[in-house]
Amino acid sequence: MSGAEFVPLSLTPLLIGSFAAMACALPGNFLVLRRQALIGDAISHVVLPGIVVAFLLTGMVATWPMMLGAGGAALIAVLLIEAVRRIGRIEPGAAMGVVFTTMFAGGVLLLELSDTSSVHLDVEHALYGNLESLIWLDAFGWHSLFEAEALRGVPPELWRMAAVLVAVIGFIALFWRALAISSFDEGFARTLGLRTGALGGALVAVSAIAAVAAFDAVGSIIVIAMFICPPAAARMMTNQLGRQVAWSMVFAVTSAVLGYVFAGYGPLWLGFDNSVSAAGMIAVVSGIILALAALFGPHRARRGAPLAG
Amino acid sequence: MTELFAALSLQMGYNATLVAVGAALLGAAAGVTGTFLFLRKRALVSDAISHATLPGVGIAFMVMVALGGEGRSLIGLMTGSAISAVLGLLCVGWLTRHTRLSEDASIGAVLSVFFGFGVVLLTVIQTMSAGRQAGLESFLLGATAGMLRSEAVVIALGGSLAVVLVVLLRRPMTLAAFDPEYTAGAGWPLARIDFAMMGLVTAVTVVGLKIVGLILIVALLIIPPVAARFWSARSGHVAALAGLIGGISGFVGAAISASAPSLPTGPIIVLVGSAIFVVSLLVAPERGVLATLVRRQRFHRAVHLRQGLLSLANGQPIYEPLTRRLLQREGLLRGDGVPTAAGSKAASEMGRDEQRWQILRADPALESAAAQYDGLTDVGAVLTPDQIAAIDAKLPRATPEVMP
Repeated sequence: MSGAEFVPLSLTPLLIGSFAAMACALPGNFLVLRRQALIGDAISHVVLPGIVVAFLLTGMVATWPMMLGAGGAALIAVLLIEAVRRIGRIEPGAAMGVVFTTMFAGGVLLLELSDTSSVHLDVEHALYGNLESLIWLDAFGWHSLFEAEALRGVPPELWRMAAVLVAVIGFIALFWRALAISSFDEGFARTLGLRTGALGGALVAVSAIAAVAAFDAVGSIIVIAMFICPPAAARMMTNQLGRQVAWSMVFAVTSAVLGYVFAGYGPLWLGFDNSVSAAGMIAVVSGIILALAALFGPHRARRGAPLAG
Repeated sequence: MTELFAALSLQMGYNATLVAVGAALLGAAAGVTGTFLFLRKRALVSDAISHATLPGVGIAFMVMVALGGEGRSLIGLMTGSAISAVLGLLCVGWLTRHTRLSEDASIGAVLSVFFGFGVVLLTVIQTMSAGRQAGLESFLLGATAGMLRSEAVVIALGGSLAVVLVVLLRRPMTLAAFDPEYTAGAGWPLARIDFAMMGLVTAVTVVGLKIVGLILIVALLIIPPVAARFWSARSGHVAALAGLIGGISGFVGAAISASAPSLPTGPIIVLVGSAIFVVSLLVAPERGVLATLVRRQRFHRAVHLRQGLLSLANGQPIYEPLTRRLLQREGLLRGDGVPTAAGSKAASEMGRDEQRWQILRADPALESAAAQYDGLTDVGAVLTPDQIAAIDAKLPRATPEVMP
């Protein structure tokens, strides 16, 4: 394929997909280690009511109000989960289940009750995202990357996702040691004087930011899949946290790129003429990677510690 | 409003009635099944099961179209979804048992990958020219509007079957939920009980697909047990109550939805359940928020009263405003801080109680009673009268007089 075709149609979706995958997989490494993997699932469900409320308040589909609404909803959900868990003395999984299903149901109902037929806002869009539509029409080839005129037409999701990715990398790099210690041995971290509660809260907040930004660009399926599958697969490859994070980045980008390519061109190779959902395909590829790692990864088995539960 | 009333009183026509009854049965079965899942601390496994149904729905549709049908047969779609849900469940089990992943990571992985695959299939189906694919999306959020008679019958039958199975399996499931090791040790086939429990969850999910939708069916399995847990600490009661709450949610939700056909049914059913949960959270006795606040308030007062009376017994003036207010309200203290006659009497009794406690706590023979000291309990509540008499013999002769 020539640059004239590739750059405008595929470059930006590939980059946005990869950035989103990495931004979610990075905090996902620590969430998986801390057994909070399903936080990503909960956050991606409650983003919908946040966006709907933001839309109802502002009356328009603008990015910033929606991001704020989604972030606010994520924050409220985390607080509510904590409240239900503490007040009712309910186990965390069930508390999470109560809160996110309720908020999601509320979001769907609000969406159906309000008149959103004029705008592009529906449940399917929230779930699948629309990676394929994030194209760069001002580009005419590789040389456009160096033209200010053309760069102005790049989908804004690209810059936003890149900024969020940089912020996530910054957070992880800054608190690397503290995160590592507290994820493996929270009690030890506390005796060292680390503020584990605040650190855990910050990790969840960073995950929420990554989830909300990625959700805006690519829908919630990718968010849930990328929070869990690449880190889980990376965990089967190594016993060292640094290498695990590196592997997870490789897996995240591989999933995003292969998933996008398979979704766009796979059906053509098989003789059909329509593409399939890129978001769904990226999740499927990450699942295949996880399956391969679970079958052949050098560190796939649990050693020493007995089966928990 | 009249429509809603008509729906609630089963006067919306045969189909709506069947659906409402089916939804009530489904909710009841989900509530009871969910209770065992909740007690087993595996509530979110149901999330993986429900999301894993989507590829099955898609494949069943394609197969039925390939065989020359319309692809909308509810039984066919339910079979497909059940098969892929069981596959998802097996994947979760395999990942948890044979790799180092914890159960929550396995759940999340299976949930997102299966759902993603289902979405891919849905986009394939959208481009197929054959079949009537419109309506497959309704499996995401549930829809009862325009339901066929045969579908309503299937749902009502499926709901009743699930209820019967839950009733039959309740004893082994309770046992496994509370003490898996004992269950296995006592000779019960634990693996098979767990499998039956998960099978029930799958059955509830599959029956609920059409009404509640696969994203929210998990709410019917989680919310009723959690709400019921506030009201009772006995597993049998919690299960029965969860069934009741689930049944009410299903019935009222389906009725509301029948009176407003444009709204998806699933969210309404879930929100009815959520409302019951919130009420339970607030007003349940003992575990509810209000009860906790009242208990805390009472404790607060009891501490202030006792400390105030002890100060009076020792002849110390009281400056703390709340203590003064409480003592005055009880008629133990005058406005100028001087105890009334009743106050002096209560204070000297309290003082004696405290002195008894001090002797009790200094006596190694009474160690177990001393462990119950919390600064509030009366000595009479932990010792027999003759033990108290023995303590009183050691009391210093002159009890300090209360200052007038």
